[in-house]
Amino acid sequence: MNKRLKENIFKVVIIILLLIIGFAYLYPVAFMISTSFMDVDDLVNPTIQWIPSKLYLENFKIASKVLDVKNSLLNSIIMAGVPAILQTFSSALIGYGFARYEFPFKKLWLALLLFTFLLPVQVTLIPKYIMFSSYGMINTPLPSFLPALFGQGIRSTIFILIFYQFFSSYPKSIDEAAQIDGAGHFTIFMKIAIPMSIPAIVVSLLFSFVWYWNETYLSGLFFGNAIQTLPMKLQSFVDAYSRMYPVSDASLANRLNEGIRMAATLITIIPLLILYALLQKQFVESIDRTGITGE
Amino acid sequence: MKNSKKERSFAGKLTIRQKSAIRGYIFLLPWIIGFLIFTAFPFFYSIYLSMSKVTITPTGIVTQWNGFNNYLDIFTKDVNFLPALTDSIVFVGLSTPLIIVASLLIALMLNKQFKGRTVFRAIYFLPVIIMSGPVLSELLANKAVNIIQPTKFAIYEFFRLLPLNLGAPILYLFDKIIIILWFSGVQILIFLAGIQKIDKALYEAAQIDGASSWVIFWKIILPQIRPLILVNTIYTIVDLATFPTNAINVEISSKMFQTGRVYSYSAAMSWIYSLIILAILGVAFLILKERKS
Repeated sequence: MNKRLKENIFKVVIIILLLIIGFAYLYPVAFMISTSFMDVDDLVNPTIQWIPSKLYLENFKIASKVLDVKNSLLNSIIMAGVPAILQTFSSALIGYGFARYEFPFKKLWLALLLFTFLLPVQVTLIPKYIMFSSYGMINTPLPSFLPALFGQGIRSTIFILIFYQFFSSYPKSIDEAAQIDGAGHFTIFMKIAIPMSIPAIVVSLLFSFVWYWNETYLSGLFFGNAIQTLPMKLQSFVDAYSRMYPVSDASLANRLNEGIRMAATLITIIPLLILYALLQKQFVESIDRTGITGE
Repeated sequence: MKNSKKERSFAGKLTIRQKSAIRGYIFLLPWIIGFLIFTAFPFFYSIYLSMSKVTITPTGIVTQWNGFNNYLDIFTKDVNFLPALTDSIVFVGLSTPLIIVASLLIALMLNKQFKGRTVFRAIYFLPVIIMSGPVLSELLANKAVNIIQPTKFAIYEFFRLLPLNLGAPILYLFDKIIIILWFSGVQILIFLAGIQKIDKALYEAAQIDGASSWVIFWKIILPQIRPLILVNTIYTIVDLATFPTNAINVEISSKMFQTGRVYSYSAAMSWIYSLIILAILGVAFLILKERKS
Protein backbone atom coordinates (compact mmCIF):
# COMPACT_ATOMS: atom_id res chain seq x y z
CA MET A 1 0.00 0.00 0.00
CA ASN A 2 2.64 2.41 1.07
CA LYS A 3 4.68 1.59 -1.98
CA ARG A 4 1.76 2.25 -4.32
CA LEU A 5 1.23 5.63 -2.76
CA LYS A 6 4.88 6.51 -3.05
CA GLU A 7 4.86 5.53 -6.69
CA ASN A 8 1.79 7.62 -7.42
CA ILE A 9 3.29 10.67 -5.79
CA PHE A 10 6.41 10.11 -7.86
CA LYS A 11 4.27 9.99 -11.00
CA VAL A 12 2.45 13.20 -10.13
CA VAL A 13 5.74 14.96 -9.48
CA ILE A 14 7.00 13.84 -12.87
CA ILE A 15 3.88 15.01 -14.65
CA ILE A 16 4.12 18.40 -12.96
CA LEU A 17 7.77 18.69 -13.95
CA LEU A 18 6.94 17.69 -17.51
CA LEU A 19 4.20 20.31 -17.59
CA ILE A 20 6.57 23.00 -16.43
CA ILE A 21 9.26 22.07 -18.93
CA GLY A 22 6.64 21.51 -21.60
CA PHE A 23 5.64 25.10 -21.04
CA ALA A 24 9.08 26.15 -22.24
CA TYR A 25 8.42 24.32 -25.49
CA LEU A 26 4.92 25.56 -25.98
CA TYR A 27 5.43 29.13 -24.87
CA PRO A 28 7.18 30.37 -28.02
CA VAL A 29 4.62 28.63 -30.21
CA ALA A 30 1.71 30.02 -28.20
CA PHE A 31 3.33 33.44 -28.23
CA MET A 32 3.69 33.21 -31.99
CA ILE A 33 0.06 32.25 -32.52
CA SER A 34 -1.39 34.77 -30.11
CA THR A 35 0.78 37.68 -31.24
CA SER A 36 0.16 37.01 -34.91
CA PHE A 37 -3.55 37.77 -34.43
CA MET A 38 -3.00 41.07 -32.65
CA ASP A 39 -3.41 44.43 -34.29
CA VAL A 40 -1.38 47.45 -33.25
CA ASP A 41 -3.84 48.47 -30.55
CA ASP A 42 -3.71 45.04 -28.95
CA LEU A 43 0.07 44.95 -29.11
CA VAL A 44 0.51 48.18 -27.19
CA ASN A 45 -2.40 47.57 -24.85
CA PRO A 46 -0.92 46.36 -21.55
CA THR A 47 -4.18 44.74 -20.45
CA ILE A 48 -4.09 42.36 -23.36
CA GLN A 49 -1.64 39.57 -22.68
CA TRP A 50 -2.66 36.47 -24.58
CA ILE A 51 -6.12 36.77 -26.07
CA PRO A 52 -6.41 39.32 -28.88
CA SER A 53 -9.49 41.55 -28.62
CA LYS A 54 -10.70 40.49 -32.07
CA LEU A 55 -9.85 38.04 -34.80
CA TYR A 56 -7.44 40.16 -36.80
CA LEU A 57 -6.14 38.55 -39.99
CA GLU A 58 -4.41 41.51 -41.60
CA ASN A 59 -1.00 40.38 -40.25
CA PHE A 60 -1.25 37.16 -42.20
CA LYS A 61 -2.25 38.98 -45.36
CA ILE A 62 0.70 41.34 -45.14
CA ALA A 63 3.11 38.59 -44.12
CA SER A 64 2.13 36.27 -46.94
CA LYS A 65 2.51 39.08 -49.42
CA VAL A 66 6.00 39.91 -48.16
CA LEU A 67 6.93 36.23 -48.03
CA ASP A 68 5.56 35.77 -51.54
CA VAL A 69 3.93 32.64 -50.20
CA LYS A 70 2.68 31.24 -53.49
CA ASN A 71 6.15 30.93 -54.97
CA SER A 72 8.20 30.34 -51.89
CA LEU A 73 5.93 27.61 -50.56
CA LEU A 74 6.24 25.71 -53.82
CA ASN A 75 10.01 26.28 -53.78
CA SER A 76 10.20 25.02 -50.23
CA ILE A 77 8.28 21.88 -51.03
CA ILE A 78 10.48 21.10 -54.03
CA MET A 79 13.75 22.05 -52.35
CA ALA A 80 12.94 19.88 -49.34
CA GLY A 81 11.00 17.08 -51.01
CA VAL A 82 13.34 16.17 -53.84
CA PRO A 83 16.54 15.96 -51.76
CA ALA A 84 14.65 14.07 -49.05
CA ILE A 85 13.62 11.40 -51.54
CA LEU A 86 17.08 11.25 -53.15
CA GLN A 87 18.80 11.15 -49.79
CA THR A 88 16.54 8.40 -48.45
CA PHE A 89 17.05 6.26 -51.52
CA SER A 90 20.82 6.64 -51.60
CA SER A 91 21.11 6.10 -47.84
CA ALA A 92 19.11 2.89 -48.12
CA LEU A 93 21.31 1.66 -50.95
CA ILE A 94 24.56 2.53 -49.18
CA GLY A 95 23.38 1.24 -45.81
CA TYR A 96 22.38 -2.00 -47.50
CA GLY A 97 25.82 -2.35 -49.07
CA PHE A 98 27.48 -1.89 -45.68
CA ALA A 99 25.12 -4.25 -43.90
CA ARG A 100 24.82 -7.18 -46.33
CA TYR A 101 28.21 -7.55 -47.93
CA GLU A 102 31.72 -8.20 -46.75
CA PHE A 103 34.43 -6.40 -48.64
CA PRO A 104 37.97 -5.18 -48.13
CA PHE A 105 38.48 -1.77 -46.45
CA LYS A 106 34.96 -1.82 -45.02
CA LYS A 107 36.23 -0.43 -41.73
CA LEU A 108 38.05 2.35 -43.54
CA TRP A 109 34.94 3.38 -45.46
CA LEU A 110 32.87 3.33 -42.28
CA ALA A 111 35.46 5.51 -40.59
CA LEU A 112 35.35 7.97 -43.50
CA LEU A 113 31.56 7.92 -43.33
CA LEU A 114 31.68 8.99 -39.68
CA PHE A 115 34.31 11.57 -40.54
CA THR A 116 32.00 13.24 -43.08
CA PHE A 117 29.55 13.77 -40.23
CA LEU A 118 32.14 15.23 -37.87
CA LEU A 119 33.73 17.55 -40.39
CA PRO A 120 32.09 20.96 -39.99
CA VAL A 121 30.30 21.98 -43.21
CA GLN A 122 32.17 25.29 -43.19
CA VAL A 123 35.36 23.57 -44.30
CA THR A 124 34.05 22.24 -47.58
CA LEU A 125 31.68 25.14 -48.18
CA ILE A 126 33.97 27.40 -50.19
CA PRO A 127 35.51 24.78 -52.51
CA LYS A 128 32.01 23.44 -53.14
CA TYR A 129 30.84 26.91 -54.02
CA ILE A 130 33.76 27.35 -56.45
CA MET A 131 33.07 23.93 -57.96
CA PHE A 132 29.34 24.48 -58.45
CA SER A 133 29.98 27.94 -59.74
CA SER A 134 32.50 26.74 -62.34
CA TYR A 135 29.94 24.24 -63.63
CA GLY A 136 27.32 26.97 -63.79
CA MET A 137 25.17 25.25 -61.18
CA ILE A 138 24.84 28.21 -58.81
CA ASN A 139 21.22 29.42 -58.74
CA THR A 140 20.00 25.98 -59.81
CA PRO A 141 18.77 23.28 -57.43
CA LEU A 142 21.67 20.96 -58.32
CA PRO A 143 24.05 21.96 -55.49
CA SER A 144 21.42 20.57 -53.17
CA PHE A 145 20.21 17.59 -55.20
CA LEU A 146 23.56 16.14 -56.29
CA PRO A 147 25.14 15.68 -52.84
CA ALA A 148 21.85 14.18 -51.61
CA LEU A 149 21.92 11.69 -54.47
CA PHE A 150 25.50 10.68 -53.68
CA GLY A 151 25.06 10.21 -49.95
CA GLN A 152 26.60 13.56 -48.97
CA GLY A 153 23.42 15.47 -48.16
CA ILE A 154 22.46 17.07 -44.86
CA ARG A 155 23.47 14.60 -42.15
CA SER A 156 23.45 11.73 -44.63
CA THR A 157 25.67 9.77 -42.28
CA ILE A 158 22.87 9.46 -39.75
CA PHE A 159 20.49 8.04 -42.34
CA ILE A 160 23.07 5.62 -43.75
CA LEU A 161 23.75 4.37 -40.22
CA ILE A 162 20.03 3.94 -39.55
CA PHE A 163 19.66 1.81 -42.67
CA TYR A 164 22.90 -0.03 -41.90
CA GLN A 165 21.57 -0.86 -38.47
CA PHE A 166 18.19 -1.84 -39.85
CA PHE A 167 19.49 -4.11 -42.60
CA SER A 168 21.98 -5.78 -40.26
CA SER A 169 19.19 -6.86 -37.99
CA TYR A 170 17.30 -9.28 -40.20
CA PRO A 171 18.47 -12.75 -41.20
CA LYS A 172 20.42 -13.30 -44.39
CA SER A 173 18.44 -16.47 -45.09
CA ILE A 174 15.65 -14.33 -46.56
CA ASP A 175 18.05 -13.09 -49.22
CA GLU A 176 19.29 -16.59 -49.86
CA ALA A 177 15.76 -17.89 -50.35
CA ALA A 178 15.12 -15.17 -52.91
CA GLN A 179 18.40 -15.92 -54.62
CA ILE A 180 17.44 -19.56 -54.98
CA ASP A 181 14.26 -18.36 -56.66
CA GLY A 182 16.50 -16.60 -59.15
CA ALA A 183 16.30 -13.01 -57.97
CA GLY A 184 19.26 -10.74 -58.72
CA HIS A 185 20.90 -8.68 -56.02
CA PHE A 186 19.33 -5.40 -56.98
CA THR A 187 15.92 -7.08 -57.27
CA ILE A 188 16.34 -8.45 -53.76
CA PHE A 189 17.16 -4.97 -52.55
CA MET A 190 14.16 -3.38 -54.28
CA LYS A 191 11.61 -6.15 -53.69
CA ILE A 192 12.58 -7.46 -50.27
CA ALA A 193 14.84 -5.04 -48.41
CA ILE A 194 13.04 -1.81 -49.27
CA PRO A 195 9.50 -2.99 -48.36
CA MET A 196 10.86 -4.34 -45.08
CA SER A 197 12.47 -1.07 -44.15
CA ILE A 198 9.37 1.14 -44.16
CA PRO A 199 9.98 2.43 -40.60
CA ALA A 200 13.52 3.47 -41.51
CA ILE A 201 12.24 5.08 -44.69
CA VAL A 202 9.60 7.07 -42.80
CA VAL A 203 12.15 8.37 -40.32
CA SER A 204 14.64 9.21 -43.04
CA LEU A 205 12.11 10.95 -45.28
CA LEU A 206 10.64 12.98 -42.47
CA PHE A 207 13.93 14.07 -40.95
CA SER A 208 15.46 14.82 -44.36
CA PHE A 209 12.45 16.84 -45.35
CA VAL A 210 12.48 18.87 -42.16
CA TRP A 211 16.23 19.45 -42.23
CA TYR A 212 16.22 20.45 -45.87
CA TRP A 213 13.20 22.66 -45.29
CA ASN A 214 14.95 24.50 -42.46
CA GLU A 215 18.30 24.75 -44.19
CA THR A 216 19.25 28.34 -45.01
CA TYR A 217 23.01 28.54 -44.60
CA LEU A 218 24.01 26.63 -47.74
CA SER A 219 20.97 27.54 -49.78
CA GLY A 220 21.47 31.24 -49.16
CA LEU A 221 24.83 30.86 -50.85
CA PHE A 222 23.98 28.37 -53.58
CA PHE A 223 20.59 29.64 -54.70
CA GLY A 224 20.84 33.29 -53.77
CA ASN A 225 17.85 35.12 -55.11
CA ALA A 226 17.04 32.58 -57.80
CA ILE A 227 15.27 30.10 -55.54
CA GLN A 228 13.73 31.52 -52.41
CA THR A 229 12.23 29.15 -49.89
CA LEU A 230 9.98 30.22 -47.02
CA PRO A 231 12.72 30.19 -44.35
CA MET A 232 14.99 32.15 -46.70
CA LYS A 233 12.25 34.72 -47.17
CA LEU A 234 11.75 34.85 -43.44
CA GLN A 235 15.46 35.50 -42.99
CA SER A 236 15.25 38.64 -45.11
CA PHE A 237 11.75 39.52 -43.96
CA VAL A 238 12.60 42.85 -42.35
CA ASP A 239 14.35 44.12 -45.49
CA ALA A 240 11.68 42.86 -47.83
CA TYR A 241 9.01 44.45 -45.70
CA SER A 242 10.62 47.84 -45.62
CA ARG A 243 10.94 47.73 -49.40
CA MET A 244 7.28 46.89 -49.90
CA TYR A 245 5.94 49.19 -47.21
CA PRO A 246 8.28 52.21 -47.03
CA VAL A 247 8.12 53.89 -43.65
CA SER A 248 7.45 57.33 -45.10
CA ASP A 249 3.92 56.58 -46.23
CA ALA A 250 3.18 54.36 -43.31
CA SER A 251 0.28 54.80 -41.03
CA LEU A 252 0.88 53.22 -37.67
CA ALA A 253 -0.81 50.04 -38.87
CA ASN A 254 1.66 49.66 -41.70
CA ARG A 255 4.73 49.80 -39.57
CA LEU A 256 6.43 46.44 -39.17
CA ASN A 257 5.41 45.06 -35.83
CA GLU A 258 5.68 41.89 -33.81
CA GLY A 259 2.30 40.73 -35.01
CA ILE A 260 3.36 40.74 -38.64
CA ARG A 261 6.71 39.10 -37.92
CA MET A 262 5.13 36.37 -35.83
CA ALA A 263 2.55 35.76 -38.54
CA ALA A 264 5.40 35.34 -41.03
CA THR A 265 7.20 32.94 -38.73
CA LEU A 266 4.04 30.96 -38.24
CA ILE A 267 3.42 30.73 -42.00
CA THR A 268 6.95 29.40 -42.42
CA ILE A 269 6.43 26.52 -40.00
CA ILE A 270 2.75 25.72 -40.58
CA PRO A 271 3.47 23.19 -43.36
CA LEU A 272 5.89 21.38 -41.05
CA LEU A 273 3.38 21.45 -38.20
CA ILE A 274 0.74 19.92 -40.46
CA LEU A 275 3.17 17.26 -41.63
CA TYR A 276 4.13 16.54 -38.04
CA ALA A 277 0.52 16.32 -36.91
CA LEU A 278 -0.21 13.81 -39.66
CA LEU A 279 2.87 11.66 -39.14
CA GLN A 280 3.54 12.16 -35.46
CA LYS A 281 2.33 8.71 -34.43
CA GLN A 282 4.14 6.75 -37.13
CA PHE A 283 7.16 8.91 -36.50
CA VAL A 284 7.46 8.15 -32.80
CA GLU A 285 6.70 4.48 -33.37
CA SER A 286 9.15 4.24 -36.23
CA ILE A 287 11.92 5.59 -34.08
CA ASP A 288 11.28 2.78 -31.65
CA ARG A 289 11.46 0.27 -34.47
CA THR A 290 14.35 1.52 -36.55
CA GLY A 291 16.90 0.91 -33.88
CA ILE A 292 17.98 4.50 -34.32
CA THR A 293 19.98 4.06 -31.16
CA GLY A 294 22.12 1.18 -32.30
CA GLU A 295 25.82 1.79 -32.46
CA MET B 1 43.62 -19.16 -49.27
CA LYS B 2 42.57 -22.77 -49.05
CA ASN B 3 39.17 -21.65 -47.95
CA SER B 4 38.62 -19.35 -50.87
CA LYS B 5 39.51 -22.14 -53.27
CA LYS B 6 36.86 -24.33 -51.74
CA GLU B 7 34.33 -21.56 -52.07
CA ARG B 8 34.99 -21.23 -55.78
CA SER B 9 31.63 -21.12 -57.46
CA PHE B 10 30.68 -23.01 -60.56
CA ALA B 11 29.27 -20.08 -62.46
CA GLY B 12 32.25 -17.75 -62.63
CA LYS B 13 35.91 -17.72 -61.91
CA LEU B 14 35.49 -15.42 -58.93
CA THR B 15 35.24 -16.73 -55.40
CA ILE B 16 32.14 -16.03 -53.38
CA ARG B 17 34.12 -13.65 -51.28
CA GLN B 18 35.30 -11.70 -54.31
CA LYS B 19 31.78 -11.57 -55.67
CA SER B 20 30.48 -10.29 -52.39
CA ALA B 21 33.17 -7.64 -52.36
CA ILE B 22 32.28 -6.49 -55.87
CA ARG B 23 28.57 -6.35 -55.05
CA GLY B 24 29.27 -4.50 -51.83
CA TYR B 25 31.28 -1.94 -53.73
CA ILE B 26 28.54 -1.55 -56.33
CA PHE B 27 26.09 -0.61 -53.57
CA LEU B 28 28.69 1.67 -52.05
CA LEU B 29 29.66 3.29 -55.32
CA PRO B 30 27.33 6.31 -55.09
CA TRP B 31 28.76 7.12 -51.69
CA ILE B 32 32.38 6.70 -52.77
CA ILE B 33 31.86 8.96 -55.79
CA GLY B 34 30.04 11.48 -53.63
CA PHE B 35 32.70 11.35 -50.96
CA LEU B 36 35.51 12.00 -53.43
CA ILE B 37 33.71 14.85 -55.21
CA PHE B 38 31.85 16.57 -52.38
CA THR B 39 34.01 15.90 -49.34
CA ALA B 40 37.55 14.66 -50.00
CA PHE B 41 38.41 17.05 -52.82
CA PRO B 42 36.85 20.13 -51.17
CA PHE B 43 38.61 19.17 -47.94
CA PHE B 44 42.09 19.36 -49.46
CA TYR B 45 41.25 22.21 -51.77
CA SER B 46 40.07 24.26 -48.83
CA ILE B 47 43.42 23.76 -47.04
CA TYR B 48 45.12 24.92 -50.22
CA LEU B 49 42.79 27.91 -50.59
CA SER B 50 43.38 28.99 -47.03
CA MET B 51 47.07 29.33 -47.84
CA SER B 52 46.60 31.11 -51.14
CA LYS B 53 45.87 34.47 -52.55
CA VAL B 54 42.89 34.13 -54.88
CA THR B 55 42.05 36.42 -57.75
CA ILE B 56 39.01 36.07 -59.92
CA THR B 57 39.76 36.57 -63.60
CA PRO B 58 37.40 36.35 -66.57
CA THR B 59 38.76 32.88 -67.35
CA GLY B 60 38.35 31.52 -63.87
CA ILE B 61 40.09 31.83 -60.54
CA VAL B 62 43.82 32.13 -60.15
CA THR B 63 45.50 31.07 -56.96
CA GLN B 64 48.87 32.14 -55.71
CA TRP B 65 50.70 30.60 -52.77
CA ASN B 66 50.47 32.80 -49.74
CA GLY B 67 51.67 30.61 -46.89
CA PHE B 68 50.21 31.31 -43.50
CA ASN B 69 49.53 34.97 -44.16
CA ASN B 70 45.76 34.60 -44.04
CA TYR B 71 46.00 32.90 -40.68
CA LEU B 72 48.37 35.55 -39.39
CA ASP B 73 46.05 38.32 -40.52
CA ILE B 74 43.08 36.68 -38.86
CA PHE B 75 44.79 36.56 -35.50
CA THR B 76 46.64 39.86 -35.66
CA LYS B 77 44.49 42.22 -37.70
CA ASP B 78 40.91 41.01 -37.58
CA VAL B 79 38.91 42.63 -34.81
CA ASN B 80 35.76 40.61 -35.43
CA PHE B 81 37.19 37.13 -35.59
CA LEU B 82 38.29 36.40 -32.04
CA PRO B 83 35.11 37.67 -30.37
CA ALA B 84 32.98 35.70 -32.85
CA LEU B 85 35.11 32.61 -32.32
CA THR B 86 34.94 32.87 -28.53
CA ASP B 87 31.23 33.44 -28.70
CA SER B 88 30.66 30.30 -30.75
CA ILE B 89 33.00 28.15 -28.67
CA VAL B 90 31.41 29.28 -25.40
CA PHE B 91 28.01 28.52 -26.90
CA VAL B 92 29.05 25.00 -27.94
CA GLY B 93 31.13 24.26 -24.87
CA LEU B 94 28.66 25.37 -22.24
CA SER B 95 25.45 24.30 -23.94
CA THR B 96 26.47 20.75 -24.81
CA PRO B 97 26.71 19.28 -21.28
CA LEU B 98 23.49 21.05 -20.37
CA ILE B 99 21.63 19.73 -23.37
CA ILE B 100 22.82 16.20 -22.59
CA VAL B 101 21.74 16.35 -18.94
CA ALA B 102 18.42 18.04 -19.75
CA SER B 103 17.55 15.63 -22.54
CA LEU B 104 18.46 12.60 -20.42
CA LEU B 105 16.26 13.79 -17.55
CA ILE B 106 13.37 14.54 -19.88
CA ALA B 107 13.72 11.18 -21.61
CA LEU B 108 13.65 9.41 -18.24
CA MET B 109 10.48 11.25 -17.29
CA LEU B 110 8.81 10.63 -20.65
CA ASN B 111 9.60 6.95 -20.28
CA LYS B 112 7.31 6.58 -17.27
CA GLN B 113 3.85 5.16 -17.83
CA PHE B 114 1.14 7.76 -17.43
CA LYS B 115 -1.87 9.13 -19.22
CA GLY B 116 -1.19 11.68 -21.92
CA ARG B 117 2.35 10.50 -22.49
CA THR B 118 1.94 10.67 -26.26
CA VAL B 119 0.77 14.27 -26.01
CA PHE B 120 3.86 15.16 -24.03
CA ARG B 121 6.07 13.39 -26.52
CA ALA B 122 4.47 15.29 -29.36
CA ILE B 123 5.16 18.57 -27.58
CA TYR B 124 8.72 17.70 -26.67
CA PHE B 125 9.62 16.74 -30.22
CA LEU B 126 8.19 19.95 -31.59
CA PRO B 127 11.52 21.79 -31.77
CA VAL B 128 12.94 19.00 -33.95
CA ILE B 129 10.42 20.08 -36.55
CA ILE B 130 10.33 23.83 -36.34
CA MET B 131 13.86 24.66 -35.29
CA SER B 132 15.71 26.63 -37.93
CA GLY B 133 18.00 29.60 -37.98
CA PRO B 134 15.49 32.18 -39.25
CA VAL B 135 12.67 30.93 -37.02
CA LEU B 136 14.92 31.06 -33.98
CA SER B 137 16.12 34.55 -34.88
CA GLU B 138 12.55 35.78 -35.23
CA LEU B 139 11.57 34.25 -31.90
CA LEU B 140 14.60 35.83 -30.24
CA ALA B 141 14.06 39.21 -31.89
CA ASN B 142 10.46 39.30 -30.74
CA LYS B 143 11.18 38.10 -27.21
CA ALA B 144 9.10 34.99 -27.70
CA VAL B 145 11.64 32.91 -25.83
CA ASN B 146 11.81 35.09 -22.73
CA ILE B 147 9.42 33.17 -20.56
CA ILE B 148 11.06 33.78 -17.30
CA GLN B 149 13.13 36.84 -16.75
CA PRO B 150 16.01 35.43 -14.79
CA THR B 151 17.21 38.87 -13.78
CA LYS B 152 14.21 39.19 -11.51
CA PHE B 153 15.27 36.38 -9.23
CA ALA B 154 17.43 36.79 -6.17
CA ILE B 155 19.50 33.80 -7.10
CA TYR B 156 20.57 35.55 -10.30
CA GLU B 157 21.82 38.47 -8.24
CA PHE B 158 23.71 36.07 -6.02
CA PHE B 159 25.65 34.61 -8.92
CA ARG B 160 26.31 38.08 -10.25
CA LEU B 161 28.13 38.89 -7.04
CA LEU B 162 30.47 35.92 -7.46
CA PRO B 163 33.83 36.36 -9.18
CA LEU B 164 33.30 36.60 -12.91
CA ASN B 165 34.81 33.31 -14.06
CA LEU B 166 32.85 31.43 -11.40
CA GLY B 167 29.49 33.08 -11.87
CA ALA B 168 29.55 33.66 -15.61
CA PRO B 169 28.78 30.09 -16.73
CA ILE B 170 25.83 29.90 -14.37
CA LEU B 171 24.49 33.24 -15.49
CA TYR B 172 24.87 31.99 -19.03
CA LEU B 173 22.61 29.09 -18.15
CA PHE B 174 19.90 31.30 -16.84
CA ASP B 175 20.01 33.38 -19.98
CA LYS B 176 19.99 30.50 -22.41
CA ILE B 177 17.82 27.92 -20.70
CA ILE B 178 15.03 28.04 -23.26
CA ILE B 179 17.41 27.84 -26.20
CA ILE B 180 19.07 24.86 -24.57
CA LEU B 181 15.75 23.08 -24.22
CA TRP B 182 14.95 23.90 -27.82
CA PHE B 183 18.13 22.23 -29.00
CA SER B 184 17.33 19.01 -27.13
CA GLY B 185 14.67 17.45 -29.36
CA VAL B 186 16.66 14.83 -31.25
CA GLN B 187 18.67 13.98 -28.16
CA ILE B 188 15.52 13.29 -26.12
CA LEU B 189 14.33 11.08 -28.94
CA ILE B 190 17.55 9.07 -29.01
CA PHE B 191 17.70 8.65 -25.22
CA LEU B 192 14.05 7.66 -25.06
CA ALA B 193 14.42 5.02 -27.75
CA GLY B 194 17.51 3.73 -25.95
CA ILE B 195 15.83 3.51 -22.56
CA GLN B 196 12.90 1.67 -24.07
CA LYS B 197 15.21 -0.96 -25.46
CA ILE B 198 16.50 -1.95 -22.05
CA ASP B 199 15.26 -5.39 -21.13
CA LYS B 200 12.31 -5.05 -18.73
CA ALA B 201 13.45 -8.15 -16.89
CA LEU B 202 16.43 -6.19 -15.60
CA TYR B 203 14.18 -3.71 -13.80
CA GLU B 204 12.00 -6.42 -12.39
CA ALA B 205 14.93 -8.34 -11.04
CA ALA B 206 16.30 -5.18 -9.45
CA GLN B 207 12.95 -4.30 -7.94
CA ILE B 208 12.61 -7.74 -6.42
CA ASP B 209 16.00 -7.20 -4.85
CA GLY B 210 14.56 -4.00 -3.40
CA ALA B 211 16.48 -1.48 -5.51
CA SER B 212 15.11 2.06 -5.51
CA SER B 213 14.54 4.11 -8.66
CA TRP B 214 17.71 5.97 -7.79
CA VAL B 215 19.77 2.78 -7.71
CA ILE B 216 18.07 1.46 -10.82
CA PHE B 217 19.06 4.61 -12.67
CA TRP B 218 22.72 4.48 -11.69
CA LYS B 219 23.22 0.72 -11.88
CA ILE B 220 21.01 -0.29 -14.80
CA ILE B 221 19.87 2.57 -17.01
CA LEU B 222 23.02 4.66 -17.06
CA PRO B 223 25.45 1.85 -17.97
CA GLN B 224 23.05 0.63 -20.66
CA ILE B 225 22.66 3.98 -22.36
CA ARG B 226 26.24 5.07 -21.87
CA PRO B 227 27.12 4.68 -25.56
CA LEU B 228 24.17 6.93 -26.37
CA ILE B 229 25.57 9.69 -24.20
CA LEU B 230 28.60 9.71 -26.48
CA VAL B 231 26.43 9.58 -29.61
CA ASN B 232 24.27 12.44 -28.33
CA THR B 233 27.24 14.52 -27.25
CA ILE B 234 28.81 14.25 -30.68
CA TYR B 235 25.50 15.01 -32.36
CA THR B 236 24.96 18.03 -30.12
CA ILE B 237 28.42 19.47 -30.71
CA VAL B 238 28.09 19.08 -34.49
CA ASP B 239 24.57 20.48 -34.44
CA LEU B 240 25.47 23.54 -32.38
CA ALA B 241 28.76 24.16 -34.16
CA THR B 242 27.17 24.29 -37.58
CA PHE B 243 24.04 26.21 -36.60
CA PRO B 244 23.75 28.99 -39.19
CA THR B 245 23.17 31.87 -36.78
CA ASN B 246 26.40 31.14 -34.89
CA ALA B 247 28.54 34.25 -34.74
CA ILE B 248 31.45 32.56 -36.45
CA ASN B 249 29.38 31.01 -39.22
CA VAL B 250 27.89 34.39 -40.03
CA GLU B 251 31.41 35.81 -40.07
CA ILE B 252 32.72 33.11 -42.42
CA SER B 253 29.99 33.52 -44.99
CA SER B 254 30.08 37.32 -44.83
CA LYS B 255 33.83 37.41 -45.60
CA MET B 256 33.66 34.92 -48.46
CA PHE B 257 33.61 37.48 -51.23
CA GLN B 258 35.63 40.15 -49.47
CA THR B 259 37.57 42.04 -52.11
CA GLY B 260 41.28 41.47 -52.01
CA ARG B 261 40.98 38.11 -50.32
CA VAL B 262 38.13 36.30 -51.99
CA TYR B 263 37.53 32.75 -50.72
CA SER B 264 40.95 32.35 -49.13
CA TYR B 265 40.41 34.41 -45.99
CA SER B 266 37.12 32.69 -45.18
CA ALA B 267 38.68 29.32 -45.88
CA ALA B 268 41.37 30.03 -43.31
CA MET B 269 38.72 31.10 -40.79
CA SER B 270 36.70 27.97 -41.36
CA TRP B 271 39.81 25.87 -40.81
CA ILE B 272 40.65 27.51 -37.52
CA TYR B 273 37.08 27.03 -36.36
CA SER B 274 36.87 23.46 -37.59
CA LEU B 275 40.11 22.43 -35.91
CA ILE B 276 38.79 23.79 -32.62
CA ILE B 277 35.50 21.96 -33.06
CA LEU B 278 37.32 18.75 -33.93
CA ALA B 279 39.44 19.23 -30.81
CA ILE B 280 36.30 19.66 -28.69
CA LEU B 281 34.88 16.49 -30.27
CA GLY B 282 38.13 14.70 -29.45
CA VAL B 283 37.99 15.78 -25.82
CA ALA B 284 34.35 14.72 -25.56
CA PHE B 285 35.24 11.38 -27.06
CA LEU B 286 38.10 10.79 -24.63
CA ILE B 287 35.94 11.67 -21.64
CA LEU B 288 32.96 9.59 -22.67
CA LYS B 289 34.39 6.57 -24.45
CA GLU B 290 33.93 3.23 -22.77
CA ARG B 291 36.79 2.30 -20.59
CA LYS B 292 37.90 -1.27 -20.92
CA SER B 293 38.41 -2.56 -17.45
